[in-house]
Order: sequence, then structure tokens, then C-alpha cells
Amino acid sequence: MVVALNSVHWPVATVTPLFMSSIQTDEPRTALVAMHKISKAYPGCLANDAVNLMIHQGQIHALLGENGAGKSTLVKILYGLLQADSGYVEWQGARVSISSPAVARELGIALVFQHFSLFESLSVLENIALGMAVPATQNLKQNIIDVSQRYGLPLDPDRQVYTLSVGERQRIEIVRCLLQEPKLLIMDEPTSVLTPQEVNDLFVTLKRLASEGVAILYISHKLNEIKALCSEATILRGGKHVATADPQQRSTHELASLMMGDELLIPQRQEHAIEDSVLLQLNNVSRTTSEQHGVPLHNIELQVHAGEIVGIAGVAGNGQDELLQVISGEHRSSDADSVSINGEGVGVLAPGARRELGLCCVPEERLGHAAVPSMSLVENAFLTAHHRIPMRTAGLFSLKKSARFAEKVIEQFNVQCNGSGAVASSLSGGNLQKFIVGREIEQQPLVFVVSQPTWGVDAGAASAIHTALQQMASRGAAVLVISQDIDELMLISHRIAALCAGRLSNTYSTTSVSVQEVGVLMGGGSIADGAVA
Amino acid sequence: MSADNSMLVLIGLSVITAATPLVYAAIGELVVEKSGVLNLGVEGMMLGGAVGGFAVAHLSGSALLGVLAGMLSGMLLSLLFAFLTLHLRSSQVATGLALTLFGIGLSALLGQPLIGVAYEGIPTYAIPVLRDIPVLGTLLFEHDLMVYGSILLVVAVSFFLRSTRAGLILRAVGDSPEAAHALGYRVILVRYLATLFGGACAGLSGCYLSMAYAPMWAENLSAGRGWIALALVVFATWQPSRLLFGAYLFGGITILQLHAQAIGINVPSQLMSMLPYIATIIVLVLISRDRGRIRKNAPASIGQAFHPTK
Repeated sequence: MVVALNSVHWPVATVTPLFMSSIQTDEPRTALVAMHKISKAYPGCLANDAVNLMIHQGQIHALLGENGAGKSTLVKILYGLLQADSGYVEWQGARVSISSPAVARELGIALVFQHFSLFESLSVLENIALGMAVPATQNLKQNIIDVSQRYGLPLDPDRQVYTLSVGERQRIEIVRCLLQEPKLLIMDEPTSVLTPQEVNDLFVTLKRLASEGVAILYISHKLNEIKALCSEATILRGGKHVATADPQQRSTHELASLMMGDELLIPQRQEHAIEDSVLLQLNNVSRTTSEQHGVPLHNIELQVHAGEIVGIAGVAGNGQDELLQVISGEHRSSDADSVSINGEGVGVLAPGARRELGLCCVPEERLGHAAVPSMSLVENAFLTAHHRIPMRTAGLFSLKKSARFAEKVIEQFNVQCNGSGAVASSLSGGNLQKFIVGREIEQQPLVFVVSQPTWGVDAGAASAIHTALQQMASRGAAVLVISQDIDELMLISHRIAALCAGRLSNTYSTTSVSVQEVGVLMGGGSIADGAVA
Repeated sequence: MSADNSMLVLIGLSVITAATPLVYAAIGELVVEKSGVLNLGVEGMMLGGAVGGFAVAHLSGSALLGVLAGMLSGMLLSLLFAFLTLHLRSSQVATGLALTLFGIGLSALLGQPLIGVAYEGIPTYAIPVLRDIPVLGTLLFEHDLMVYGSILLVVAVSFFLRSTRAGLILRAVGDSPEAAHALGYRVILVRYLATLFGGACAGLSGCYLSMAYAPMWAENLSAGRGWIALALVVFATWQPSRLLFGAYLFGGITILQLHAQAIGINVPSQLMSMLPYIATIIVLVLISRDRGRIRKNAPASIGQAFHPTK
């Protein structure tokens, strides 16, 4: 779907003279911003080690690196949220000291955060007003409407933020930045929470901005996005600047190996015998929901066999959370046979009882659902694992046994953390995801259900998680993967279905269905039944 | 004026004097909570203000100096709270409770020599012309300046929170200090200022008790009004206009409990003193049914320490 962008034609009129002149001159231009030998150390880790970064006007520049490579630190220094230990920044050729975000904004630097810095209880208008250096409340509302129309970012200034979708929230951030007429727009992993359609729209907006002379620093670890969007990439690894490359000239594989260092392990679909026995069965599952933004489920039928990986595609908010709750036991049915594990009806059982029968689940939201943010990894390990792993001594919580288990997970899944006593919220998103997925996999479940297994996780961790899922299936477990990432599902699953507005499509063998066809299913359409598996 | 009318005016007057300290303490706490700080030390700060204000008024003979001193005493105590919770990041709940206990003890110690001292009270100021309106004139326009001040303060706070940029920043800090920090706002400074404002208001509330309502000093003079003020903020779902209504309602209940037996309502006084709290619990239950309302008005980060480095 990224390819589709190439067919977008830009009217010549939108290209400003500034941009034209920058193409015509051959002599080296002064960079808009140049960061020289930036170093920043945290206790126990050198986040940036003499990193250089140079961005020109009208350029979409990628900052590429795995989680923990130092991208965020570098950006925070550029935006004045952190101060570098050494090194300096030049802005349009002049040395500047960016001591606070206010100074950065003054220069013309705007930042769209990865985790949106929005105020839930305030309106869109108030949120934007807070991000403006000069209050212009008089015309602000009209300006918001103008900018949002001009760049195709529809927004209602009077809505309260907590009622908006993730994509709409990101639009607030972008509009807020654009209203300041920035010279440099920094986007920190902007697509990690967006649907494919929203990603498309965003790219159109970004290309338009660049054509108007705005420099964009695009931070990501998604190589296909960077190839589609960026003209230059600065690649970081382990806090060091390893290369500056043209993503158009390099293959995805080259970029990946620059980013990851050693050769990237790309999992292949594993072909092994799938047994006839059904380990997870959903029988005509329907549920209503009382929550404001909940999605009711309608007559869902699904079987997952031993050794099989089944993928459920779908845009977020189409009943994924509700489905997972039905399977995990967070939402119980009055009909025992609505959900069966290994032939046993568990519809009325609580989550703990289902876990004892061999079910392990990983919900989508890591902090607050899959893990308690303020608890240590040991305690978090105990919370789900004690049903299946002996972790008690004479009925009491055993710190020693739990710690042993947590440390095993940390080691097996290469979780970067400050020991098993670290609190969950101190881990980066990717590392916490590895820990949570690892915690369930190490319990050797019979049935494993995971939602968005690689959401916001870098390529290395994603391939590690994919490999672990495949190994689990090859050992005879039934695996159900709920994901927005079609590529991921096509890569690892044997059969695929799509969830749309609480209804589940038929399932199809991934060898006989195309990505486009799955896209149709995600939209609630149907495809020729020849491929029904 | 008939006997009935004068009785009603008397009750009305006492409701207003009973409500005024609640208005001051609660509107201050509302601002504090809107910034994301939960200061449970209102009772302690009130007592500090009460004894400080009374002492200075007694020594100097000036009501104005007394009121200023009361305000300052409340601020000093809230400064202590702010330093502990905002700088040293101690638990807001525990520190607030400690502040209340500390205020009770300290005011009792400092107030020893003031017990039994007579004070004529803050002079009332009757608004010309308006005071001559029958019944209402006496009821509404013949008070000391602090009563008028409390109403103006609520209006001002309401305007500040809703319509000024500084008020917006304060609400933003209370909603998400991390996001406010990321935008470059000084979360700790905003919370300091809000906490000090809350302290000043609690101090005013206290000195109103000792200088106008009583007017005298006795140990534990506030008698739990600080807790009622805290309940009021939740009761009002953090909205100043409702807070004013709630303060007069709670003030009315307090007076009712004094006059009930005189009027001939035979309800145990303990039951009457429970009323404000029961009303708060009922309101809490009612507003909890509507998640949207809570999310819209309640400061999301309330009670949480903020680490700017995280």
C-alpha cells in the first residue's frame, strides 16, 4: 500500500521557489540543522556516542535504528528536552544552544511525539493552544480549520480529546506543529499506531510539506516506510552513528543489516504437520458491550488445531479487544461450550482456571493490561505464570522461584533491562513486549492467543517473537495471532481471517489468498469461496 | 419585620457565615487539585491560619493585618507541603495527613495564650442603598468584606480556569504533567503556585473562623471543616459554580443541625453532622455512573508525583 503513493502527482504550483533553487545550485548548501559529535550518557548506558546528524531544507530525512539505538535521546536533545553531555548543534550555520523546548520552537523546530503529549480532558482547541508559543486564541479556531483542510487532516476543534481515535489524536499533534509554521518537523515513529489507510494519508501530507520547503526528520525502524518516503537516512546502532545512506539506493536488506549489525534473521513460514485435534474452538460467540466505544461480537466461529497458527487481521477497534476478552475469560459467557480448550467447555470459567487448562494470552495493551507498570518484572511474571509454573512454597509466593522464572524469560528473549527487579514501566516498549510474550511462551501453553505481538517493536525483536511463535506451533500448540499487520500474518500464519465490525470472515489458507484479498476481508467484503480453508 | 421573617433572616445570616469558610477552603483546594496535587492538609492549614490571624489581629488591633497574617500562615504550611511533595516527592496523601496533624498540634501550642482572649470580630460593611431592601437587604448586603470576597474569589477562579491561558496551563498540568512538561511548561512551578494559593485560601478560611465566625480562639477550632471542604471539591466535580452551591448547602446543613432541635425537628445531632459526608458519597455514586463527566472535569494526574526526568 506504500507503493500506491508513487502514483500521487504533485501539482507543480505547490513547489515553492525556495525548493526549486535548492535543487538548481550545485555548491554545498548550509544545512538547516547540523548536530556535531553529540554524546549523552545515562547511568549505565551511553545513549549517544559522538553522533552526527545533518538535515537540509525540504528534505525528508530518516533517523533509523532499533529500539534503544539512541534515536529518541538524540531527538530529545535536538528539541531541548535533554541536554547533551558534549557536542554542539548548528542551526542554519550558526551555533545554537537549545536549552528548552521553547527555544527549539523559537528556532522553528516542531516535534510530533510517539506517545502523544495530549491532554485527554481538554478540547482539541485547548490542546493546540497549549502548544503554541504565541497565544492567538482569537483566530486559532479558524486557523485550525484552515490548516486541517489544506493538508487533508480533518479535525473538529471543539471535540474533547478522550473521544477521539488514535489517528485523530495524531492529527492534533501535526496540526499543532504546522500552525507554528515550522522549518523542521520531527516525527517520532508516527505510524506505529496508525491503520494502513491513515499511514497513506500521513505520507501524502508529509510529502506535500516537504515540497513546500519544510525539512522532516522521520524516525522509524520500518524500512519499507523509509524507502517510500525518505531521501536520506542517518542510521544509529547502539548509540553510535553507523552510516548515512540514501534509502533509495540501498536494498531493504542492506539497510536492515546496517541497522541491526549482524545478519538479520528473517523467519520463513514453517511447514510442519498440523494435527487434526482442535485445541481452541469458538462456538457461535456473540456478546454485547456496555462500554461507549465497545464493539459487539456477532456469531463468531473459529477452530485452531494443534500445531497451527491462525491469524486474525483487522483494523483496530473492530472487536479485537472484545474477542480476546472472550477467549481469555475476562468476559465470561453463560454458555460453557461457547469457548472450548482441548475439547473442554470453558465459557463460564475465570481467566485463572482457563490458564490452568493450558491457555495463555497476551493482550494488546502492554502497560496496564499485560503488565502492572509499577511492579517489578518478577512480580509481573508471577501474576500470570503461577497458574502453570510452580512458584509457591507452602502456598505462599516464592520470590526465589518467581525470580528464577523471570530471569529465564529475560535471558531466553534477550530482554534489555536493569535486572529482574526492574519495574515494568522502566522498560522500553519493545523490551517489555519481549518480556510479556516470553513470559507466556515459557509457560508452554497448549493454546496461545496474542494480540498485536510486534506492535511498536523493532525488526530484531519482531523476528525473535515470530520465531518463538513458530517454534511453539511446531511443538504442537495452537496459536491465534490478532494483528493489524497483514504482512506479519501472511508471514507466520497458516490460515487467516479478518475481523470487521465484530464479525469474523471465513478463514483462508495463507498460501492461496493475497494481501489484497485480505484487505477486502478487513473492509467487511467477501472474496470468491474457492480459497476457503 | 415580622417575627417569622426575623427568624428566617437570622438563620439565613448564620448559613452565610457558616458557608463562607467552606467556600474559601474548598475553592483553594479546587485549584490545588486542578493542578494535580492532592493536599489533604486543609484542616491543618486552616488551623494555622486561624491562630496566626487571630494572634496578629489581637496584638495589632488591625483586622486587615490579621487577615493577611492568617493568609500567610496558611501559605507557610502549604509551602512545607509543596517542598516535601513536589521537591522531595514524598507521598501526597501521607504528607497531607501529616500536615493536618501537624497543624492541629502546632496551632494548639501557639494558641495557648490566646484562649479566652476577647476579640470584637471583623467589622461588617453594609452596602449603601442595597441594604435598605427589606429582608434581603439585611440578609445579603450587611456582611463583613470577607463574605463578599469569597463570592468574588469563586467568580475569579471560575473565570481564571475557564478563560485565561494561565488557567488552561494549570488544567493541562493536572491532566497530564508529562505532556505539559514535553511542551515546555514548568510543571513543578505551576504546582507550587497552585499549592500556595490553596494554602492562602485555607488560611483565609481559618482566620474567618477565628476572627468572624467565632470570634475567638479555641483548640481545634475548625472542627473538621477542612475535611468537609475536601469533600466539597469532589461534590462539586471540580466546578467552581457547583462548589459555591455545595458550600451553601453544606453550610445550611451545619446550621440546620444547630437549629433543628430549636425548631422542633427531633433528629439526633450526630445524624445531622453526617449529612455533608453522606451527600458527598451520594454525589460520588451518581457522577461515577457517567464516565465522561469524570474524565471531563477530574484532574487525571491527581495525587501522582511528577518526575521531570522520566
